[in-house]
Amino acid sequence: MEFGIWLFGFFEVSMRHVITLLVENEFGVLTRVAGLFSGRGFNIESLCVAETLDPTVSTMTIVTRGDDQILEQVLKQLNKLISVIKVVDLIEKDFVEREMVLVKVSATPETREEILRVVDIFRGKVIDVGAKTYTIEVTGDEKKIDALLALLKPLGIKELVRTGRVAMIRGSKITTEPGI
Amino acid sequence: MKKTGSQIIVECLKKEGVDLIFNYPGGAVLPLFDELQSAPFRQVLVRHEQAAVHAADGYARATGKVGVVIVTSGPGATNTVTGIATAFMDSIPIVVMTGQVPTLLIGNDAFQEADIIGITRPCTKHNYLVKDIKDLARILKEAFYVARSGRPGPVLIDLPKDTLVNSTEFKYPDKVFIRGYQPTYEGHLGQIQRAVKLMLKSKKPVLYVGGGIISSNASKELTLFAEKLGIPVTMTLMGLGSFPGNHSLSLGMLGMHGTYLANMAVMESDLLIAIGSRFDDRVTGKIESFAPQAKIIHIDIDPTSISKNVRVDLPIVGDCKRILSKILSLLEEEDIDSFKAGLDKWHHQIEKFKAIHNMNYEQKEIIKPQYVIEKIFELTKGDAIISTEVGQNQMWTAQYFPFLKPRTLLTSGGLGTMGYGLPAAMGAQAAYPNKLVIDISGDGSFQMNSQELATLVQYQMPVKVVILNNGYLGMVRQWQEFFYGKRYASSCLEGTSPDFVKLAEAYGAVGLRANKPEEVLPILKKAFSIPEPVIIDFVVDPEENVYPMVPAGEPLNQMRLV
Repeated sequence: MEFGIWLFGFFEVSMRHVITLLVENEFGVLTRVAGLFSGRGFNIESLCVAETLDPTVSTMTIVTRGDDQILEQVLKQLNKLISVIKVVDLIEKDFVEREMVLVKVSATPETREEILRVVDIFRGKVIDVGAKTYTIEVTGDEKKIDALLALLKPLGIKELVRTGRVAMIRGSKITTEPGI
Repeated sequence: MKKTGSQIIVECLKKEGVDLIFNYPGGAVLPLFDELQSAPFRQVLVRHEQAAVHAADGYARATGKVGVVIVTSGPGATNTVTGIATAFMDSIPIVVMTGQVPTLLIGNDAFQEADIIGITRPCTKHNYLVKDIKDLARILKEAFYVARSGRPGPVLIDLPKDTLVNSTEFKYPDKVFIRGYQPTYEGHLGQIQRAVKLMLKSKKPVLYVGGGIISSNASKELTLFAEKLGIPVTMTLMGLGSFPGNHSLSLGMLGMHGTYLANMAVMESDLLIAIGSRFDDRVTGKIESFAPQAKIIHIDIDPTSISKNVRVDLPIVGDCKRILSKILSLLEEEDIDSFKAGLDKWHHQIEKFKAIHNMNYEQKEIIKPQYVIEKIFELTKGDAIISTEVGQNQMWTAQYFPFLKPRTLLTSGGLGTMGYGLPAAMGAQAAYPNKLVIDISGDGSFQMNSQELATLVQYQMPVKVVILNNGYLGMVRQWQEFFYGKRYASSCLEGTSPDFVKLAEAYGAVGLRANKPEEVLPILKKAFSIPEPVIIDFVVDPEENVYPMVPAGEPLNQMRLV
């Protein structure tokens, strides 16, 4: 399965980029950033935003897809926004990333065992049980989540919610440091 | 010392050196207008909020200072949107203050409420909603700083009514520091050095300059630089006046309606030095075929303009004036005489282009619009501030009036807003009461903001409005003639426009009319000598076209010349 997913990714023309933004924690900033993407015709695949240690600053993690020239424009336009303090394109750095997904899966007497086995392999948790469903919570990087969903699909996914990816640079350096 | 929000605003405007405000009152801003009544600023009450913004825009273009507008909430605010978008597209520094319903009513569909912050987010450089009166002074200082620094642009401040009435301790901040906004002014020295080397290796260089030269007040440096190396200069519509239009090195404007020699020079050049310009689609024509043999150096203060449409070989981010000064000082140490001599062949080639086609038109018994513009230049010798409307009138002005100095042309380039010319002329006249200010207009465009005649008369502003009256929406008609088989759909105004002379008189201005070519010069002389606002209705050839024309999407060297 995982091999199959990797092969599919190989044929994609444009690269997925993970962009981390440090922004002023004020109302309207999310709209500004989102508006910039929509106004220029770029698609936001996922977006995650929350406060940082400094309550006046929020971190926004955006995943977008596009070729390098388009992406260069996106990054420059983001930098231009007055509410945006820093823009980092993580694709060029070593980074760790995580995403959480909640999946509601059909659970029949025949498939129950299989589902629990998959959950165990992916180090997930069953957080809810229905008469005919299990709700599963899994955290991991993009490849792991995609692999999990590929395995659960034939078993019957009824509902799915993802948080979008958050990411951080590896090592001791922090995103606000100059030189990053 | 405790002050109300309205008092704080007046104090802040004083500290920013504001001396003129274009405004229109309303319920939400009554407290502010009450304070303005006794404030030391000159105030111009317009007749439509859109005109207030265009006037502030014209004021800013003519003086280089930040234009200021104060209007009310709801429809007053939404009426400013076109003007704000116009200033945004041309990077003009203005601060627009709009009233807003009290903070507790925001979002409740209150009377005269509009989400102007949401509406203007994409067309302002930045905007602010002042929810807490403690932020008011800081926001005002920031707004002016943002408007005038880096790449200038319009800034909007939304003022809820309770903020205007509440009180707080007033302290004007000494400094502005916005951590997300640090424009780059000094160009990278290494890049500048590389650029100089590239220039000195070129055989067919062209300088392609735009509005950035004017924003940066870099005309002197540009002229010195062009003359020092003997490089021919072409200007965009926004760059007209940055380099003297009658200079021997001037190629005229380039682009869709640019001169033959400017377009051909760009297409044949081996080095394009772009300063303060942004490779707009009206300039490049078919992008893939633009300047095919040229390496491109791009100097601009806005990094997003660089390599946006056209990949450039040597980008330098920074302020034109500083970078040009640096280039001039680097050139002191180079041998430029042999370089200059090496350009002789290039100059000869350009002379040949000029011989093939130079701006011309056929004079007949009916007045030709180009003739009117030539006579205006002849009479003023370029010593006037000219505003234009949009369309054929705008293009003929750009082609037939050689702008000699910066800040003498006020035109809506990026957005192309009809109705811009009259209020912009008003703004410039308010800035310079003793200068000759002329609005070159069409019969269609004039009617978009003709109500401002009342403002001109109220404040005794002696603007001269030249209407090139052809009974059509000229540029639309031209496109319909070329590309839509002469099907003039909704572009004919003949017989439906008011008698402009009577209209002028109804407002209390002077109205004049010319029907024949021999009447043109005398009537212009008469109009320029009357110390009042004057409308001159020139009845011109209805089907005259703007040439050259590069059809949309064609390469620059595919110009239609007849």
